Amino acid sequence: MDARITLRVDGRVRPLALDTRTTLLDALRDHLSVTSPKKGCDHGQCGACTVLLDGRRVVSCLILAVTCDGAEVTTAQGLAQEGEPHPVQRAFLEKDAFQCGFCTPGQVCSAVGMLEEVKAGHPSEVTDDLTGPVTLDDEEIRERLSGNLCRCGAYVNIVAALREEAES
Amino acid sequence: MDFLRPATWEDALAMKAARPDATPIQGGTDVMVEINLDKGRPTALLDLNPVAELSRWSWTAGPAPMLRVGAGVTYTRLIAELGGWLPGLAQASRTVGSPQIRNRGTLVGNLGAASPAGDGHPPLLASGALVEAESVRGTRLIPIGEFYMGVKRNALEGDELIRAVHVPPAAGPQCFAKVGTRNAMVIAVCSFAVALDLRARRAGTGIGSAAPTPRRAHAAEEFLAGELDWDGAGPVDPALARRFGELVAEAAAPIDDVRGRADYRRHALAVMARRALGWAWAEREV
Amino acid sequence: MKTETRTSLGVGASAPRPDGALKVAGAFAYASDLWLDGMLWGATLRSPHPSAWIRSIDVGPALALPGVFAVLTHEDVPGAKFYGLEHADQPVLAVDQVRYQGEPVAIVAADHPETARRAAAAVVVEYEVRAAVTDARRAALDPACPLVHPGGNVVRHQPVRAGSAGSGAEVVVTGEYEVGMQDQAFLGPEAGLAVPADDGGVDLYVATQWLHVDRDQIAPCLALPEDKVRLTLAGVGGAFGAREDLSMQIHASMLALRTGRPVKIVYGREESFFGHVHRHPAWMRYEHGATADGRLVYVKAEIVLDGGAYCSSSPAVVGNAASLGVGPYEVENVWIDAYAAYTNNPPCGAMRGFGAVQACYAYESQMDRLAAACGLSPVEIRVRNAVSQGSRLATGQVIDSPAPLAAMLGELAAMPLPGPPAYAPSGSRRQGGSGARARGMIGTREEPDPRRLPGGVGRTTRGEGVRRGVGYGVGIKNICFSEGFDDYSTARVRVELLGGEPHALVHTAAAEVGQGLVAVQAQIARTELGVDRVTVAPADTSVGSAGSSSASRQSYVTGGAVKAACEAVRRRLEALAAADPGLSLGELLDRYGPVEETREYRHRPTVPLDPVTGQGDSHTQLALCVHRAVVDVDVELGLVKVVELAAVQDVGRILNPLALEGQIHGGSAQGLGLALLEEIQMRDGRVLNPSFTDYLIPTILDMPPMRLSILENPDPNAPYGLRGAGEPPTLSSTPAVAAAVRAATGLALPRVPIRPEDIALAHTG
Repeated sequence: MDARITLRVDGRVRPLALDTRTTLLDALRDHLSVTSPKKGCDHGQCGACTVLLDGRRVVSCLILAVTCDGAEVTTAQGLAQEGEPHPVQRAFLEKDAFQCGFCTPGQVCSAVGMLEEVKAGHPSEVTDDLTGPVTLDDEEIRERLSGNLCRCGAYVNIVAALREEAES
Repeated sequence: MDFLRPATWEDALAMKAARPDATPIQGGTDVMVEINLDKGRPTALLDLNPVAELSRWSWTAGPAPMLRVGAGVTYTRLIAELGGWLPGLAQASRTVGSPQIRNRGTLVGNLGAASPAGDGHPPLLASGALVEAESVRGTRLIPIGEFYMGVKRNALEGDELIRAVHVPPAAGPQCFAKVGTRNAMVIAVCSFAVALDLRARRAGTGIGSAAPTPRRAHAAEEFLAGELDWDGAGPVDPALARRFGELVAEAAAPIDDVRGRADYRRHALAVMARRALGWAWAEREV
Repeated sequence: MKTETRTSLGVGASAPRPDGALKVAGAFAYASDLWLDGMLWGATLRSPHPSAWIRSIDVGPALALPGVFAVLTHEDVPGAKFYGLEHADQPVLAVDQVRYQGEPVAIVAADHPETARRAAAAVVVEYEVRAAVTDARRAALDPACPLVHPGGNVVRHQPVRAGSAGSGAEVVVTGEYEVGMQDQAFLGPEAGLAVPADDGGVDLYVATQWLHVDRDQIAPCLALPEDKVRLTLAGVGGAFGAREDLSMQIHASMLALRTGRPVKIVYGREESFFGHVHRHPAWMRYEHGATADGRLVYVKAEIVLDGGAYCSSSPAVVGNAASLGVGPYEVENVWIDAYAAYTNNPPCGAMRGFGAVQACYAYESQMDRLAAACGLSPVEIRVRNAVSQGSRLATGQVIDSPAPLAAMLGELAAMPLPGPPAYAPSGSRRQGGSGARARGMIGTREEPDPRRLPGGVGRTTRGEGVRRGVGYGVGIKNICFSEGFDDYSTARVRVELLGGEPHALVHTAAAEVGQGLVAVQAQIARTELGVDRVTVAPADTSVGSAGSSSASRQSYVTGGAVKAACEAVRRRLEALAAADPGLSLGELLDRYGPVEETREYRHRPTVPLDPVTGQGDSHTQLALCVHRAVVDVDVELGLVKVVELAAVQDVGRILNPLALEGQIHGGSAQGLGLALLEEIQMRDGRVLNPSFTDYLIPTILDMPPMRLSILENPDPNAPYGLRGAGEPPTLSSTPAVAAAVRAATGLALPRVPIRPEDIALAHTG
């Protein structure tokens, strides 16, 4: 069964017709040729397909595209502003927070979503004080990015990149 | 696969009555795994996301109000907004999947899937939650202990949907513990929840990933109700805590699988139950 | 002309990755991202049985599906039916029998990936299931074991004999050790796009580690001459050895040639677990004899590696396990027998560390046992036996470049230890109040931060049962291909004016798999040519072979080739400058045009190990890394938290500090994974956990902070004095973590990965 929906992807309005079984990830990759979200595991266990859906980070492989009609989807490709990389992307570059880079678009989206959550005061698993502002120390960064696997093991540098970003 | 998209709860009930084969979907973090892995491809999906009222929580009326958590309340919101009243459930919710999955997944979705490994089940069992099931025929409240029928099977009729789950606010300390071999994004090898009710002088329990369904440890609960010195000061008697752990382990019926061995699961349950009782008891002192 | 200028981003600088900006922006094209209009999708039907005869294959039902363009079996393979890295024993598509679960039987091309999958499932195969051979020890050593291949079950047996066995030791320790089957688990599954060409050939865009050896295996199977099989490297989402063997290359090419359409094949995660070789599981028995003061007298070892159903690179893996089987220790008398055996388990081959990993876990476990038996510390026993420059290995090979193992251990042991098991500082959180309530701390009692304790956010302990352990691990890894392999790389370097500025173009076939090789090639060109602007061309087969991105060899060999080609270009430029003095580089290029040179680079030759004695200078370079692991273990639940990893590695010369540190971090993480988490679980030849739900690789919460010390004692034989760096940390982190867990628990723990029940149930006894 086909459905017609409209997504706003990285700032562009993208109408599309797709089988209702299509995941948001497949809709982006196979229907819209937006390939920055990656398919690493097919079932929400690697985080490589992380995008921002209406500003919140989600794994796009576990969402049906038809449930996103009218939604705003931001991928790593859409984070750059006027050709300038997003500060998180720049921090990943500066700290060499990746190797093969396959997980990186998802890491970057997850990190941007995470920083927004911190700004909004969302507690993590172990935020010491739920009532005050969140301090983004290394433990917090690790906890909050624990949904993104990196097989190259660039974790040490990912923490470093976001520590710098948190301090700025 | 048909895709049904009700705008209101009434529409949803009518659609479910007409299509009992339809699988309801909210965050999708359980249903989509099955679909992606080509395991169980539903003939129809019933998308409850447009039903805005499901994403609210409220208090029930009556002398002992409960939190009524709508089917669309995500784990992230449950942790942030309800953690103060439902600490055990909040602790369990924090171990679900990843931050991304918690942003999307719902407790009620966990109930619908009824996986024995679902992290939300043990604290619901421990605090005596009620599942609000509704169909065009009417509404019923299913005690959580009667809800799980088998591996990934629950007590819902074909035309019923879960509208909400009713959870009593903590009447004492609550603890949740979960063994996973990794520090994040891990399915429970086994898990345990305990909730002390200091007024009623009883403890509720819940066991996860160690039987075909999540289940309570009835004998352990009765043991505590009878043997714990509810007026006593100081820490729990170690022998009593150990016995409690043994009874919890005995209540389990685990299997060997890729995540762990049955004997380890039993052992770990005994350890977690013993420790969790100690923590909960210590926390009551204030 | 001046070419000596040190540019700011030359050798030794943390030059940014040329592909980095695209990678962080999500714009880098991985193999799975490739797209051509009108392309078809391929899918593979795989055997559900580990061992069976194929009685019949009916492709009719699959062909009947709308949207299906081709369904092919072994009968459709145009040329050779078998391929392989070392022996061509692996069928392109199963011929009359299957030897492992997941073996490809038929392939399909359709206009939609879902259609292709359904069509593959519609192929009817009639199997006659046989008993599977799944015990590698039995396969290797029991003559009565059924044969997986007619030539016998032993893929290779390599003895090493030095001195005389078994006399004069005052202390003897023995042990049996096992290593589970680890998966490379790269995040970007196998993928490629095959495009049929007008000349009857095929252009293949694929994520691989070695374009030319792919081509050498593909062309005969397609019955095409080599020049009609052209490969271009597509973006590689990690490799770690798993892309050294072929996966979808021949299949996609066959489908493209048959249909006349481009064909893309992308594996899903589950298929990926069946689509590449794994690290050999190992069973090892060791006996170490020493003097009372802990000096090694002899080592005896039997090592059996499970090669699985096909040969892959098992012979070379055996060569490593045998030649490096005692580790970086001086010992006169050595008696080693290393085997790889065919079984009906999944084929095993290359993974980072390559045979040295398994042996390292065993010999390091033995060194700790010996330390305990001699009353010495783990560091002291290693220092007393450490190799150094001039030491003779068990193979008779003399280490002819710096190998300061004792000093490395000293430096490692002197690094400060992390603080005691961490509890949240008092006063840092509010008592009572909504925050504390939400965390489940209704009382005033401080709850330690669960992230810092074993069990993590599962909140299984607040300190109960937690014990600290510290362990050490030492590893020695051969760099580059060994045992007489003609190991070389090719580089073409062209200097020309672009936009009025001198510009260097570096072209090699070397596969960037994440290790940062593209950056290093550009750095070398900048340093050698004094040119700031350098482009590294996409890797393809239009230039000579670069060899494999494996064996920690690319900086050495392809780096050497780029350096040699740059030097040749520089010599020509210098000659021009001498003839025409006073001109700048730009003016020279303007006057004389582009200068291009191509060079091959070979490292020093090696020889095969003697088949009887295991003697011979089989390696060209050896590299050392040492690790210290600090762990907290909940001994009652068997849960482990790695608190810190520290490492000292000698890399000869640092080419790119940031990328190098990343290699050490990553190798350490994969070693940690093998110690605690990662195993493909098998039962009767079947994989039980082919998913990221149940094959657990470390998350960011599992990987602790690292302390690193990187030494630069140059190897005079290598370009810039460098020593390959990617693999050594993968060796030593596993035994270090295991030793730390043993120190915390007092248990023998002879098998990795260490499972919670190995600790918890041992303690309850």
